[in-house]
Amino acid sequence: MTGVAHVELRPGAYADSVTLLQVSRQVTALPGVIAAQVVMATPLNIEVLASMGFQVPMTTPNDMVVALRLADEAALPTALAAVESALSAPRGGSDSTERAAAPRTTRSALARSGAELALVSVPGQHAFVEAMDALDTGHDVLIFSDNVPLEQELILKRTAADRDLLVMGPDCGTAVVGGVGLGFANTTRPGPVGLVAASGTGCQQLLCLLDAAGVGVSAALGVGGRDLGDEIGGLSTMAALRRLDADPAVELIVVVSKPPAPNVADTVRAFADELNTPVLLALLAPGEADLTVSAEAALAALGRPTPRWPRWGRPSAPAGGRYLRGLFAGGTLCDEAMLIASETLGPIHSNIPLEAGPALDGAFTAEGHSMVDFGDDALTRGRTHPMIDPTLRLEQLAKAAADPETAVVLLDVVLGHGAEPDPAGALAPAIRSARLRREVPVVVACVGTESDPQGLHTQAGALAEAGAEVYLSNAHATRRAVELATGGAR
Amino acid sequence: MNRPTQAPSAVVTAGAELFATALSDQAVSVSQVDWRPPVAGTERDLATVMADPLRLAANQRAAEAMLDVRAMLVDVVPASKALGLERGHFLHAGPPIGWDRASGPLRGALLGAAALEGIVPEPDEAATLLETGRLTFEPCHHRGAVGPMAGVVSPSMWMFVLEDPGSGRRTYCSLNEGLGKVLRYGAYAPDVLERLRWMGNVLGPMLRDAVRATGPIDITGILTQMVQMGDEAHNRNRAGTLMLLRDLAPALVSSGHPGADVADVFRFVGGNDHFFLNLAMPACKLALDAARGIEGSTMVVAMARNGTDFGIQVAGTGDQWFTGPAQLADGLFIGDFGPQDANPDIGDSAITETAGLGGFAMATAPPIVRFVGGSVPQALATTRLMYEITLTENPRWSIPILEFRGTPTGIDVSLVCRTGILPQINTGMAGRQPGVGQVGAGLVKPPAEIFPAALAALAERTRARASESGMPAARAGV
Repeated sequence: MTGVAHVELRPGAYADSVTLLQVSRQVTALPGVIAAQVVMATPLNIEVLASMGFQVPMTTPNDMVVALRLADEAALPTALAAVESALSAPRGGSDSTERAAAPRTTRSALARSGAELALVSVPGQHAFVEAMDALDTGHDVLIFSDNVPLEQELILKRTAADRDLLVMGPDCGTAVVGGVGLGFANTTRPGPVGLVAASGTGCQQLLCLLDAAGVGVSAALGVGGRDLGDEIGGLSTMAALRRLDADPAVELIVVVSKPPAPNVADTVRAFADELNTPVLLALLAPGEADLTVSAEAALAALGRPTPRWPRWGRPSAPAGGRYLRGLFAGGTLCDEAMLIASETLGPIHSNIPLEAGPALDGAFTAEGHSMVDFGDDALTRGRTHPMIDPTLRLEQLAKAAADPETAVVLLDVVLGHGAEPDPAGALAPAIRSARLRREVPVVVACVGTESDPQGLHTQAGALAEAGAEVYLSNAHATRRAVELATGGAR
Repeated sequence: MNRPTQAPSAVVTAGAELFATALSDQAVSVSQVDWRPPVAGTERDLATVMADPLRLAANQRAAEAMLDVRAMLVDVVPASKALGLERGHFLHAGPPIGWDRASGPLRGALLGAAALEGIVPEPDEAATLLETGRLTFEPCHHRGAVGPMAGVVSPSMWMFVLEDPGSGRRTYCSLNEGLGKVLRYGAYAPDVLERLRWMGNVLGPMLRDAVRATGPIDITGILTQMVQMGDEAHNRNRAGTLMLLRDLAPALVSSGHPGADVADVFRFVGGNDHFFLNLAMPACKLALDAARGIEGSTMVVAMARNGTDFGIQVAGTGDQWFTGPAQLADGLFIGDFGPQDANPDIGDSAITETAGLGGFAMATAPPIVRFVGGSVPQALATTRLMYEITLTENPRWSIPILEFRGTPTGIDVSLVCRTGILPQINTGMAGRQPGVGQVGAGLVKPPAEIFPAALAALAERTRARASESGMPAARAGV
């Protein structure tokens, strides 16, 4: 053995073996120290020390042994000082690890928080697993995510039906529970209406119209656009109807949806007929009432008068051009506008065309009337929803306005929680600058309430100030745009 | 959400932060999931397994079965009698392995065991017999036993016999030899064998007489107490050992065995803080075995290592092993030993973590928390993190510093794949070379790939079942 050995006993000193292993390691790391073993003098440790070439005097396991092998005698004081300081060093941990790590699964978060429901908006291929967590722990779930496979939706909804739970979505953009908005939702006053919605912006339009009429919607349960299709068969629609029916605060239920599959419609109708609460169906289809008319029917059912629906701005003059160009953030609003406009204008090009309608090319240009839904899955893959990121739509606004063939630009602006904090902040200057180049009429459906974070009147006022005609009712906005496209004026 | 017109007081959100903010703005308390994509390549199998209509009930049944077990020490007998172990046949820790791939410590322990049984005069002479298959060996787990480190059991070794009074099922484990140069760490020097002979001649019979005289001893009960006394029952068993000694002491003293032998037994057991580990392990196995063979359950029922491979077994996949390379532990070394001297992870002792002890109960064992990385808060964080991958909590094993919350129990293969969080295992380190013995102790994790492999097997069974019955689950994992 090379070096100088130093062995000392410390009777009565004690530290646990892990501490001592750490002390030994710290001291061994010092310059001039070849080996350091600070241990309790158990027979095993004495044996280890012996194997390292240390000679240890007779002792008991209650004594501490400090055994050092040093390059030379001069290193001893430093080494012993290091032993002292390592032994006496406070071993407190940092506070940074003290708090519990965040939950990593929906299951864990539900177990920890006592929350009543879960909102899942992870990418579609992962949503099923998180949603199943909610059902497994006896919770309702709202699935905002789109691109969830239909098979998975069916399994979730069947499972929920077995357990008397509610699955909202997938692709459920909007829900209101007890006045609290989930996803994209407007703040409405409490009130007697309950909504079941297979469409997000359709639901928002009804929320806002009813609120403007002084009638509250305290619950709006989204079910996802596929719920009333053949494969799902309205499982969530019926679960939502059952929930609303059982809630004594609900006096009227409105179901808003695109037309259901025929046999599903029969099932849902039959189911609704059995409920104690009256159910009004607001279906978006050719020949059916538009959402504004449905809102008026709901008011009538409640014995409330229909108000004069709000609008802002001065009537615009026609500016030439032949075509209506609609640029939408809300899919249902786009559908509704196409249904209304096509009655007068005929076929409308769109990326989400009506049945047998002409499709729009990728550059959103068409010879003829066109309406784009910027919220469509194909346009939101890899990019944020236009209710949050307006870039794509603003580009198209400038293009459409500059096109001499454009007679009128029709837009929607959807307010509420989850939407842009100030949509008019970007849209108003864009409208103003478009109209500076060419005084094209711009008609806007501004869907919101006074209680929304953005404030309906502030937003609508700013858009009107920029030269747009602004309506709360999408149907009224569309009819006005059609009027302008056909050369009519007021 | 029974009344949809009443505002929720709290909502969980997973995904876009925007919605959490929107809820906070509406004065709703939000718990946000720290969601990350699952382990790559597991998406399809996760969906299939999560869609399995059997899973929820199967996991509840597995967890309940595990928690219902009470492990009683009922006897101490030689392995030949307890397990029908025949001369020339041995047990070892971990999943099955051949001599050709056996690690140094496993080889060392088998050599020593052959000499202990008198098959060869010198341990090294057994190598050819083992290599040519004239001496044979199989996993402890296959015979209802568990073995720490190399886990080698030979017919003459005495075994603790644990029984679940509810079912009458039994599990077994050898007697703990102490630390340092011991057979289970692969050492087989003459003094190692001499100690084993003393254990066979004196310790075993005396424990047998004491256990039989005292009556069944409630090992689950001792575990309950020791967890509150700072033992996590894997790397620290000090309180448990002393409680066992306390229970056995009167019978030992009045056993009629020579006073010197009684003193030796007290000295040996009292001087070996790990003595109780060999009771904690079979108690954990007894509990976990109750969950075996539950179709659809994703619960891990065994984690075990043979020094070469790390293997797990899952409740829903029968006795199939899912294996990957055993990892090197990260820890502290004894004496001059360093990482280069350590063998990859070895032993059945991870059965304690599988049952919710060891690394999973780290928060309760401040004296050894520095193995976890240096601080008490990190030990708390380790235990808390394990709740993210476990199905339930064990109400018996409650941790004072976590407000007496039960330890995280019942590792769920699907949760491991979803979170990428691997079970934390406290472990000893054996020397790489046969004959060396213990070189340190520390922390280790299983190889990550065995959990996706187990998940794939579970998904395969789910699909097979679904296609037989025409259930839509078969199509869930698209």
